[in-house]
Amino acid sequence: MKQLFTFIGKEWTHIWRDRRTLLILFGMPLVQMLIFGFALSTEVKNSKVAILDPSKDVATRAIIQRIDASKYFDVTDILRAPQQIEPTFKRGQIKLVIVFPEQFREMLLHTNKAQLQIIADASDPNIGTTITNYANAIIRDYQQELQSGPLPYTINIQTRMLYNPQLESAYNFVPGVMSMILLLVCTMMTSIAIVREKEMGTMEVLLASPLRPALIIISKAIPYLLLSIINISTILLLSYYVLEVPIKGSLPLLLAVSILFIITALSLGLLISTVAANQQIAMFISLISMFLPTLMFSGFMFPIENMPVPLQVISNIVPAKWYYLIVKSIMIKGLGISAIWREVLILTGMSFFLLALSTKKFKIRLA
Amino acid sequence: MKMLRFILEKEFRQVFRNKATMRMMFIMPIIQLVLLPLAANYEVININLAIVDHDRSTWSNQLIQKITATGYFRFIGYVNSYPAAVGLIEHDQADVIMTIPPRFEKDLVKEDNAEIMLSVNAINGAKANIGSGYLTSIIRNYSQDIRVRNFPVSKLVPEPVIETENRYWFNVYMNYQQFMVPGILVILVTMVGSILAAMNIVREKEIGTIEQINVTPIPKYIFIIGKLILFWIMGQFVLLLGMLVGRVVYGVIPQGNIGLIFLFSSVYLLAVLGLGLLISTTAQTQQQAMLVAFFLMMVFILLGGLYTSIDSMPNWAQWITKINPVTYFIEVMRMVVMKGSSLRDIAGHLGIVALLAVVLNTWAVISYRKTA
Repeated sequence: MKQLFTFIGKEWTHIWRDRRTLLILFGMPLVQMLIFGFALSTEVKNSKVAILDPSKDVATRAIIQRIDASKYFDVTDILRAPQQIEPTFKRGQIKLVIVFPEQFREMLLHTNKAQLQIIADASDPNIGTTITNYANAIIRDYQQELQSGPLPYTINIQTRMLYNPQLESAYNFVPGVMSMILLLVCTMMTSIAIVREKEMGTMEVLLASPLRPALIIISKAIPYLLLSIINISTILLLSYYVLEVPIKGSLPLLLAVSILFIITALSLGLLISTVAANQQIAMFISLISMFLPTLMFSGFMFPIENMPVPLQVISNIVPAKWYYLIVKSIMIKGLGISAIWREVLILTGMSFFLLALSTKKFKIRLA
Repeated sequence: MKMLRFILEKEFRQVFRNKATMRMMFIMPIIQLVLLPLAANYEVININLAIVDHDRSTWSNQLIQKITATGYFRFIGYVNSYPAAVGLIEHDQADVIMTIPPRFEKDLVKEDNAEIMLSVNAINGAKANIGSGYLTSIIRNYSQDIRVRNFPVSKLVPEPVIETENRYWFNVYMNYQQFMVPGILVILVTMVGSILAAMNIVREKEIGTIEQINVTPIPKYIFIIGKLILFWIMGQFVLLLGMLVGRVVYGVIPQGNIGLIFLFSSVYLLAVLGLGLLISTTAQTQQQAMLVAFFLMMVFILLGGLYTSIDSMPNWAQWITKINPVTYFIEVMRMVVMKGSSLRDIAGHLGIVALLAVVLNTWAVISYRKTA
């Protein structure tokens, strides 16, 4: 036991002396949380719109003015001829073109019917459909104002937004980005710390010591566990006080589950370190092969229930997915352990599995 | 020139001897390119709908049938009380609750209006908005239906109607893969290139082999150019492989000239590699290089415009995207692949990325010191 502590002490001094790495390690997650907490949103706002309006009458002006005034659109271009539409799109800035016919208002007054065309750049289909819907809603509102009085048989709809009445994007992105950063940073740090000793040749020295190999590895992981606990605490403080994401559930529970998640990530790092021969490969596995899958399968960017079934199955092996679910439940819905025990169990199982596998793969002798 | 040849020979030997790295560098991105685009779908479908129907009348039934027939909603069942339905939302079994009040049908007939309440899980605000939007328009349609059915047309005063015709250009079939495959490819090429470069020089520093280079007469810039050429070729190769895979697996065929993409990538890679080399020359250990590379990659990728709209970001974040090479490449991909844009359209992007390349590489050369 005493030996173990000596080893942990050695690791700790090692890390502590490298002030620059330490600064990066603590500073980076905070800066990332700040950037993503404020900058990411799934809302589509301020899309640039071009208008082709040969009528130039009161009605078309009223509609254009409404479009421009809405937070979803900025009218930036006025086109003069239909031939200009395609080149405008190709230059890449304009996302939507609204085309009015000639004599728009006359038609509306005399025939009670007028048509207009909404052309969206659907090269990103998500943005294309979303902004088309927004534009249609604005035009529908305008039309309703022209109509007289309430209609019979009207169903009024009252919509309540649960958990997030202001529709803050941070409520979704903070748990997501948090799980992503924690997972990747922990995995990268542990895998590289061990592989580094292999690459530099100092691992031989450690392995020749009387301490059992498994304990050597554990002693390397523990300082990173402590560092990560500090990291998660600062991340939570930041998201509560600066990003104003509530912690509705129990804070001790959230911390406990976070530590469990960190252990899962560290075990994954250990496993990578047993397969990687040098730091470059360790980095390849822990960053290039894990970055996008973690981003896309944890569920905060793309809804998992929309994916094809095989991919839904794959998403289950991504630890960040389970942590994201847990954090959402505790922080935003304010639920207790009864709602998340399944996820907790899965993360625990994953940690045990990864640890067992890496102990088995761990070689006492280096080739 | 002769010196450069020697350096290149050294670098190529070193890289090609390391079979494990080579394999990983090409296989891993390709696997991801095949799998991940399938996962990228923002379309909101399969919204789980729980219904609390206190009325159980003909009209409330008709309305429910109309909603489930659209295919956007998965009707998970009637719930007796609102609190029980909220429980379903808590456990992620339901996304939306529709509460129909008692006397719904009677109120509609007698009072001409009735109220329906929608309660939406709004943690993902965008999804909530779209889901409740669908539902609202279906309910409105239904209310129009019963109006037409029960109200004599002669009594209706004609009202002005604006008809809108919606057109979706450049992607008539609303195919997400056409957009995601090139986007994901950009990210993969960027990661592979910048990380290879970022880990490279610092590795020589850490192992000590850089001393051997430092005592040779090789000038700094030749050393850097040597590394640059090697990784540039590899990056282009990954891109080429990715375009082929995208074509075979997803049928992504650029509308514009494919040469434009490679023209752009040849400049783009210089910028990204320059950034990697700069990280490498300034870092003390591979660990540091890795952390910094991770930090920058994550910022560049998430703010690159592939996942969330740049127009909706706050101003300061939009400034970051202006010096983010990933943004430009993703935009160029979108323009050339989907809209068939020409060289004139992408010239601005090309210019900015070229500028970035010059700045970053010069900086890397300056910050590399032969005296340790």
